[in-house]
Amino acid sequence: MDQKRISRRSFLALAAAAPIGASVLASCGTSGPGQASSGEASIWYLTGQPQEGLRKASVDAFNAARPEGKLAATFFENDAYKTRIRTAVGANQAPTVIWTWGGGGLRDYVRNGQVDDLTDWFNQNPDVKSKRFDTSFAAATVDGKIYAVPCEQVSPIVMFYNKQLFEQVGAQPPTTWGELMALVPVFNNAGIAPFSLAGQSRWTNMMWLEFLFDRQGGPQVFDAIAAGEPNAWSHPAAIAGLTKVQDLVRAGGFVNGFQSIAADANADQALMHQGRAAMMLHGAWTYGSMKEEGGDFVPSGKLGWVPFPAIEGGAGDPSTGVGNPASFLALSSQASEEQKAIAREYFKNGLLTDADIDGWVASGAVPIVNGVDSKFSGPDAPFQQFVYDTATQAKSWVHSWDQALLPGPADEMLNNIEQLFSLSISPEQFATNMNAVPSS
Amino acid sequence: MTSGSVSARQHGSLAWLVLPALAFFAAFGVIPLIGVLLLSFTSWNGIGEITPIGFDNWVSVLSDPGLVHSLGVTFLIMALSWLVQTPMSILVGVFIAGHQRYRTVLAVLYFTPLLLSSAAIAITYKALLDPNFGLGASLGIPLLVQNWLGDPVLAIATVVFVVSWQFIPFHSLIYQGAVRQIPASLYEAARIDGAGRVRQFFSITLPQLKYTLITSSTMIVAGSMTLFDLIFVLTLGGPSDATRVLALDMYLRGFRGNMMGPASVIALIIVVVAVLLAMGVQRMGGKDANESRLEGA
Repeated sequence: MDQKRISRRSFLALAAAAPIGASVLASCGTSGPGQASSGEASIWYLTGQPQEGLRKASVDAFNAARPEGKLAATFFENDAYKTRIRTAVGANQAPTVIWTWGGGGLRDYVRNGQVDDLTDWFNQNPDVKSKRFDTSFAAATVDGKIYAVPCEQVSPIVMFYNKQLFEQVGAQPPTTWGELMALVPVFNNAGIAPFSLAGQSRWTNMMWLEFLFDRQGGPQVFDAIAAGEPNAWSHPAAIAGLTKVQDLVRAGGFVNGFQSIAADANADQALMHQGRAAMMLHGAWTYGSMKEEGGDFVPSGKLGWVPFPAIEGGAGDPSTGVGNPASFLALSSQASEEQKAIAREYFKNGLLTDADIDGWVASGAVPIVNGVDSKFSGPDAPFQQFVYDTATQAKSWVHSWDQALLPGPADEMLNNIEQLFSLSISPEQFATNMNAVPSS
Repeated sequence: MTSGSVSARQHGSLAWLVLPALAFFAAFGVIPLIGVLLLSFTSWNGIGEITPIGFDNWVSVLSDPGLVHSLGVTFLIMALSWLVQTPMSILVGVFIAGHQRYRTVLAVLYFTPLLLSSAAIAITYKALLDPNFGLGASLGIPLLVQNWLGDPVLAIATVVFVVSWQFIPFHSLIYQGAVRQIPASLYEAARIDGAGRVRQFFSITLPQLKYTLITSSTMIVAGSMTLFDLIFVLTLGGPSDATRVLALDMYLRGFRGNMMGPASVIALIIVVVAVLLAMGVQRMGGKDANESRLEGA
């Protein structure tokens, strides 16, 4: 913390901010915690409970168990981290261990030679590999080589529903797209919004398309997009998926004014646990916050969950998982050999230890460890078992699109998705716009 | 107009006093600006190699309809902000320039928005405007339950409202100071001539505020060109790109899209347009707009 340097990147960031007068002075220089003192390896983690506490405990336990070579952890808030880590990597000031979402962001690091290839290391440590879910490695793999260690929890996207409201209208949760569309007028007539959606956050809308593309046409539809194949967004299954989501918007499937609702205050979750919306498509991570904020909603068993419905005649496998398959830790190629040795040791003996696994399980999460379901107990067990089965039985896994694509195209995509949901562009226009965005 | 050269000679010995300011300006204004200029001729994604590509960024940004849109949104918000803020600020400024005690209390209360950061204001308004859990829904006022941030027209109106809410107190403060500088003898003379309050306002107060009006307008214009934090938190340029102003466009291209070259081009466009606009506004006040109004100075 005591070093003050002006990196190449922060100088340029400063330059870019020049017209913003006052902020220029405030951002002068970086007190870079990226580089730990010699002989010490550094790691950057994200803040936010309960994950932050578990991450800190894992580093502390690792350091306590070994007299030599320590690991120094620094914590950053989510959105600040995204800009910060790129700045640091671009300035060759990256921490030894880089926390990443895998996918497009990791691919970018690999292309620029910023992270080490870990394939050989995994071959030398087969236990580390076999311990983890198979599905967790795809997002860590670039051109057939593994560049990051999967860790922490799996977070599939789940269709949540309010059991009480379904009883009230006498309906069953949908298993097919037809049933889902048929439920829309049922709930609207009862004065209940069929689906809660925090549309202002944009990635929330994206989760719908991730499922619809896959259920309609299988994983190859998005694989072609991520690979940058020409006109990949115009695939008939993609157009069908885009059309279905607009059908749902037109039918009044989403809560009124959904474009004004942001996910960061959990307003979308509140709509469901307060009984104002019947269903919600959201990440498994919302289970914990609904349990915390929803009063007796989760403890009294009113929260239900089902897999995303199948599409009649669709080519996709209804077991396919969508979402974040794990968190990932990459090894900076700029670190010294001494630091890399500490980091590899942490990868092997610091991550997903028994104590670490117990901590994640107790928080209601599902760590990416094969056979971890034997540890599930108590009221959260049914949900954890569902997430575990989703993650381990999925034949394929769709990585969250905004993480799978490179950052530039991802932003362009979120923008177009927002317009699609507000019905200001047609599915064909959406495809045309996105085909024009260079994917690399 | 010989006084200028006389005062320059008188103060010449104190010229070194500006050196620290000049050094800061060079370090944090001029040098980064040159860096941005160089960067605008390169292709760089933030972590890879920086490759010179000539005028490609300029051509692509200047031919991008997104730039015209952002520029349009920026000017629209600028114009609406000016139209809302200026009359309100003058009226409030004139009102609190009075000397009754309650006005001082009112002025202090009224200036609290000045103490809050834009981010805090944006987060608060975002919560208040939430269609399900915001002010309208909580108080049961259907009129306030609108798709405030999700409808393009309403989103712009909301941004203009929040910006005005934040900055009217500041501009009122400037006007208050200016009004108190107006010699009381002018009003006494007007009263003797039988002018009423409204007549006094239009014939004395408003003309006397001309130069303050220009200062305040310059600030609104320059501020609108660099308006960023409030929109970043409130709408992130949305819905779609309805509130994507130039400064936000620069940030999103540079730090979300990792295209530093095009972002630098936009940064330079902001600098040029802001300087031109500020100069234009100054010119409206005539050549002596920045000279002191006090006699003898």
